[in-house]
Amino acid sequence: MNLSPQDFTAIWLSMKIAISATALSLPFGFTTAWLMVFRNFRGKVLLEVLVNLPLTLPPVVIGYFLLLFFGRNGWGGTLLKTAGIEFIFTWKAAVVASATVGFPLLVRSIRLGMESIDRQLLQASRSLGAPWYDTLATVVLPLSFRGMIAGSSLMFARSLGEFGATIIVAGNIPGVTQTIPLAIYDYASSPTGTSMALSLCAVSVTLSVAILLLHEVIGKKLEIRRSE
Amino acid sequence: MKLDLDIEKRLGSFSLRMKTDLSGERIGIFGASGSGKSTLVHTIAGLTAPDSGEIHLDGTCLFSSRKRINIAPEQRRIAIVFQQAMLFPHLGVKANLLYGYRRSRPENRKVNPEALIEVLNLQDLLNRGVNNLSGGEKQRVALGRAVLANPRLLSMDEPLSALDDSLRYQIIPYLKSVSEEFRIPYLFISHSLSEMQLMADQVLVMTNGNLTIKSTPDDLARAGMARSPRGYLNMLRLGNALFRDGLYHYPWGSGALIVSDGKTDGESLFELSSRDIILFKKNPEAISARNMLECRVADMFDSDGRKGVVLESGGSTLVAEIVRSASVELGIAPGSTMFAAVKASAFRRLG
Repeated sequence: MNLSPQDFTAIWLSMKIAISATALSLPFGFTTAWLMVFRNFRGKVLLEVLVNLPLTLPPVVIGYFLLLFFGRNGWGGTLLKTAGIEFIFTWKAAVVASATVGFPLLVRSIRLGMESIDRQLLQASRSLGAPWYDTLATVVLPLSFRGMIAGSSLMFARSLGEFGATIIVAGNIPGVTQTIPLAIYDYASSPTGTSMALSLCAVSVTLSVAILLLHEVIGKKLEIRRSE
Repeated sequence: MKLDLDIEKRLGSFSLRMKTDLSGERIGIFGASGSGKSTLVHTIAGLTAPDSGEIHLDGTCLFSSRKRINIAPEQRRIAIVFQQAMLFPHLGVKANLLYGYRRSRPENRKVNPEALIEVLNLQDLLNRGVNNLSGGEKQRVALGRAVLANPRLLSMDEPLSALDDSLRYQIIPYLKSVSEEFRIPYLFISHSLSEMQLMADQVLVMTNGNLTIKSTPDDLARAGMARSPRGYLNMLRLGNALFRDGLYHYPWGSGALIVSDGKTDGESLFELSSRDIILFKKNPEAISARNMLECRVADMFDSDGRKGVVLESGGSTLVAEIVRSASVELGIAPGSTMFAAVKASAFRRLG
């Protein structure tokens, strides 16, 4: 292994961004999944398409849209500017980019967990005196827990690998926004960077394998519970 | 309990129409699957809204399309016991039992958890997880959970259908004792006539989403005697048996019933088909059937060409079934005395 201090910063940044993106998305992911599984409303199909769009859209396109929105002349950019928040080309922009790209994966896993909840459990809870928000907190939330863990691990892994959207909204600034994939990109384009790139690749593989293993284990448990 | 219903609900090609007022503490809703029983219960409990109409329970309006009232299910205080126990899998037995209790208003709490746990015999289950309970145990916990929510109406939606025969009849005494002990009126939904006979005072019969008959379970069983594959089923709760010569002698009427499959401790429930009783005008004296009961004919009724004969002895009754020509030949009429022969093995012990 051959890691420079700058590489350690990249690893640390990657972790920070992935954790923040996942934590930020979790409440929204839970709400979206709940809306899609348990509520009937107009425009449900539209929401479904919108949520899943980042799955099929090239990340670069997402990054570009984010740049337009949060850029100097975009709505989000103007809003953030009045609030005095520096956003584009900071790690915060990388968090939003990762969150947008990983969101469908998170929602899918939580949905899977929620769909395995028997509707009659919710009816039982309501008829026993629990208002809908109480049922949500005491029945839906605990029973979606494993789905949330599975979704979070998947989203975390996806965030670690985020490249296309990140490089457009956050740039590739060493020590500020340079994550593992961006650092590898830099090494790969320099003639002497092969071993450095390989070291970071090894870190990347290790992290991904660890997280996917965790995801598999949780997924298995989820399956067992559903077949019970 | 007084329940006024005037509702309409369409679900695809199925439509539920119901206009009736019910009063009583033990009401049965009887019908084949798909007849709309569960939809009816869901609308009463507030889990599905009718398309139009009104629902009033004890003078309170629960739903009215005209006045735009639709009370939320959690405020209706109608607890449901489902076919599958539907216990919360992430909670233990105790937390399941107290789920509704904790959410009930203190002024409505007339059922005390300790008393209920005792009535339902749940002491040994309290610290167990719900996933390692047997089907019968789960259903007992589900019943306890519903009763502890201190509802003003308990609605039991085929609560016994998922259980096997022996368990089913073990749970029935619990269902009855709980509602009697804590004075909670109930709706009992089932497609089994014998469950109706054991659980309900009056029955609504539903066919294709409509109320077709309002009757008592016994009248319903009598009317269906000829058509039912096993005739009219006499339900007998017998106890204090003596064991003699390999048979159980249960006191009944002014004599005793002799049963081959009984038990000496406690009470048991037996089923006897009206077709397993043979009537004699005079005592035939020597006969292999162990029961020869001298009875008075209390009543007779018609059922699709068959005759039902209600036999009475010391205040207890049995229904026997004969064809019309037999009733003419024997000259059976209310008030006459008959001898009823029943084999000891004809009694089926249910639990």
